[in-house]
Amino acid sequence: MIRTRPREQGVQAPPRNLTRRILTSPRTRLGLIMLLVMILFSVLGPFFAPHSPTAVLAKPYADPGDGLLLGADSLGRDILSRILSGGANLTWMAIAATFGGVALGTAIGLIAAYAGGIVDTLLMRVVDVMLTFPTIIMAILFISMVGPSRLILVVLVAIGLTPGMARVMRGAARPVIRREHVMWARTIGLSSSRILMREVLPSVTSPLLVETGLRLMWSVVGLASLSFLGFGVQPPASDWGLMVSENKDGLAIQPLAVFIPAVCVALFTIGGNLFAEGAARVIGRTEGARS
Amino acid sequence: MATETMTEKALEAAPPPSRSRRAALAWPIARRALTGVVTLWCISVIVFVATQAMPGDVAHIILGPGASSEQVAQLNQNLGLDQPLLSQYLDWLGNVLTGNMGDSIVSGQPVSELLSERIFNSATLTVIAMVFIIPLSLVIGLLAAVFRDKLLDRAYLGTSLIVTATPDFVIGSLVIALFGTVVFKVLPPVSLIPPGDAPWEHPRQLVMPLAVMVLVGVTYLSRLVRVSFIDVLESEYVQLAIIKGLSMRRILFLHALPNALAPSIPAASIMAAYTIAGSVVIEYLFAYPGIGSALVDAVAGHDLPMVQAIIMLMAAAFFCFNQLADLLGTLNKSR
Repeated sequence: MIRTRPREQGVQAPPRNLTRRILTSPRTRLGLIMLLVMILFSVLGPFFAPHSPTAVLAKPYADPGDGLLLGADSLGRDILSRILSGGANLTWMAIAATFGGVALGTAIGLIAAYAGGIVDTLLMRVVDVMLTFPTIIMAILFISMVGPSRLILVVLVAIGLTPGMARVMRGAARPVIRREHVMWARTIGLSSSRILMREVLPSVTSPLLVETGLRLMWSVVGLASLSFLGFGVQPPASDWGLMVSENKDGLAIQPLAVFIPAVCVALFTIGGNLFAEGAARVIGRTEGARS
Repeated sequence: MATETMTEKALEAAPPPSRSRRAALAWPIARRALTGVVTLWCISVIVFVATQAMPGDVAHIILGPGASSEQVAQLNQNLGLDQPLLSQYLDWLGNVLTGNMGDSIVSGQPVSELLSERIFNSATLTVIAMVFIIPLSLVIGLLAAVFRDKLLDRAYLGTSLIVTATPDFVIGSLVIALFGTVVFKVLPPVSLIPPGDAPWEHPRQLVMPLAVMVLVGVTYLSRLVRVSFIDVLESEYVQLAIIKGLSMRRILFLHALPNALAPSIPAASIMAAYTIAGSVVIEYLFAYPGIGSALVDAVAGHDLPMVQAIIMLMAAAFFCFNQLADLLGTLNKSR
């Protein structure tokens, strides 16, 4: 059978119960719980570390024992302490990069949709050029010259997230711009920034939420991968991505030093994806747009 | 992101209604060639600005903090860094266009010579991966679409959700642990190909990097195949075929497959583009001597001409595959 799908002009539920609606899906709830658990683990972990994550306490790849619950890593440092303190940087950097990228992308997308004409064309051309540069390659290019400072990493990942976000938000905002309440606001001469913030933004919260979940996942993937390649958080600091590359040669002797950090990163990103996909499904079902 | 970008672009760039089909094809191609040249030029400016024109002394970055001022002056002269920026850029661009990417600072050999084997190795890996990815994605996507919302489809969707979210280096490490070191020791954990050998002379070394690339690629592509199959299966003519009582096999292979294939072709091209970016992580993980691991080494060794050359190459290849995907998408629409 052909399913008819009401298009964008259809009823859009008020955003107030958007959160509640999205949380009806077990998938979204699970994703959100995983995200929160991983964030809590990263933030509180360093306080529970039994040893300093950078102190050499045993022989390389020493077996568990002598107060080292999981044994020692490639340099003889406590694996447990390094795992507990290895998520803090990743977490704040990923969250900061996500919010930076989402905010900038949304601003560009909404302005392009609202202004139209030459502004729209110019902004979208810039976005096209940015899209032709894979984020990880761009990040490596700049890091190779400036050095891997944490702030620069955040900025680079945020910039990498921006063009895709701008495209999606422009697409979501264009039909909203033509709605009556926005036209009314334009007619009575409200300022553009007020219209965008008060009239347009609240109508695009659904895609905004889904995209934020996705971008958080990509931020974590990108930052952890850069750390893994040696371009992220620098040794001797502890970081999950870095731990995987530091200990991969000792995989046969001390697999936990690779396993646990790898799984920590994966739980984080899978949580983000579960949330985003679950939310997209609920929104698709209740707002009639295809997920 | 990739798909919606693709379709959106395709919609925007839809050619004006024209009478002859040739005109309908010529317009998008010409338009793309033009924007392609402009974009590649933009990329060259970005690469140049990010490397050579960076504030701060490039020579110091290359030589390290302990360099003497004579060494710095010497290197500046060798690299032409004492020239005005614009003439530096024009020289550099001219060299890039004529295929002369300079000499590697680390080994002193020409960059083009060093890279040719690496490019060949990476291309081999990618092509072999695509040979597996495309048919596997078609079969898996088709099965998931036919058994939509059944147990098989749900298991597939759950798995793909997890694989999509997991970074390549995590999947790779787990695969190494499973087949290379911890559980079964059946495959070499690193893929060292001796210089001068073709990669396929060492098939055992290729299995694991290929497995990771195929797993990631199939997950991405088969989801798109699944969606396009579902669309086709819901369409009127397939519904009609079902009502007419045609056999399911006939419907799937004769009616649905050709139509579901069309949207998958540009997606395959996009995937090839993403493989280029992904190759950095996978090649580094398996120590495979390709262009991605060359980039990591070049950055670690502050080898400026190598970094410039590799990034230009990767960006250009990424761009070309994306444009190809775009073009294929437009051709589909106009048909």
